[in-house]
Amino acid sequence: MSRYSRAAAAAVLALLLVGCSKSAKEAQANIKPESNRKKAPNFSLKDANGATVNLADYKGKVVLVNFWATWCGPCEVEIPWFVEFEQNYKNRDFAVLGVSMDDDGWKSVRPYIASHKINYRIVVGSEVVAQQFGDIDSLPTSFIIDRDGRIAANHVGLVDKRDYQNEILKLLDDSKRASLDRIVPGVLAGLIRPVGR
Amino acid sequence: MFLACSPALFAQLAASGGFQSQGNVLNYLPPKKVTAKPGAAVDSGLPLTLRSGYHLNSNMPSDDYLIPLRLTWNPGPLEATGFAFPKAQMEKYSFSEKPLSVFSGDFEIVTHFKTAPNAPAGPATLTGKLRYQACNNTMCLPPKTLDVSLQVEIVK
Repeated sequence: MSRYSRAAAAAVLALLLVGCSKSAKEAQANIKPESNRKKAPNFSLKDANGATVNLADYKGKVVLVNFWATWCGPCEVEIPWFVEFEQNYKNRDFAVLGVSMDDDGWKSVRPYIASHKINYRIVVGSEVVAQQFGDIDSLPTSFIIDRDGRIAANHVGLVDKRDYQNEILKLLDDSKRASLDRIVPGVLAGLIRPVGR
Repeated sequence: MFLACSPALFAQLAASGGFQSQGNVLNYLPPKKVTAKPGAAVDSGLPLTLRSGYHLNSNMPSDDYLIPLRLTWNPGPLEATGFAFPKAQMEKYSFSEKPLSVFSGDFEIVTHFKTAPNAPAGPATLTGKLRYQACNNTMCLPPKTLDVSLQVEIVK
């Protein structure tokens, strides 16, 4: 291999490495731009205590809606992550909502909640709700919903825990920034107004 | 380059096809017509083909929460007395800590039948159901039930 060939190969390798590291970062926060986010369909389903859960009631929070089932191996992998997210971020206006797609409902789901020490709210889903969310046919399927009730990200199948984490944190941080963006001009206006009078 | 550098995303895209229905990942060929005398024992194979990349829980899955492969036949001129499933494969997947008992690719379930002693001579159709639950390395499909049928000729 000539000196020039080696240099060219090294340059191609360097470009690939740069491209890869950038792509990996992009893949970890796959959030849709606000203009592309669609309203999440509302649903009313019962939780393990028989209480009605309306997705619309979560407005103002970042919500991870996870469609899963007790017979789904990949879903089981994600559950401890979601338990951790619920524990770590619930005080930052975040919630996980699990929608079980088990045919036999609470008969399978209730013992599973206990054995897996699930700390977030679980409801038993229906075909109608699955269709409202785009005819969900593969589990796990998850949606990350922003504070305005819009779908900011979705995942079909098992993905990296960091993808979820980065997306949740980005949405929580974006919301904080948006609040500051709203508050700061108001505060500034309040400070400026008396001077003008 | 992006796909090659992002295995999780690649797996997701390859496995998902978005939110579209995956249809039947398991298909069966109509079993060969069975000819039997009343009171006789006869076997029939049901050839199955599973879509590449997918696996089914075997008839004896590794965990209680997994849905087993089940074949049942409705009452008719033949009565199922037993089944012969192929030897299950013990496969390890990225989502499982231990190997799972599964079937994949092409395989066959053999049903051992006994013909009713009073079965009337002539053609008949035996119907049944095949219940299965399939997954690939990153996701699972809901349990499905396929209607199956077997053409039977009872001869005196």
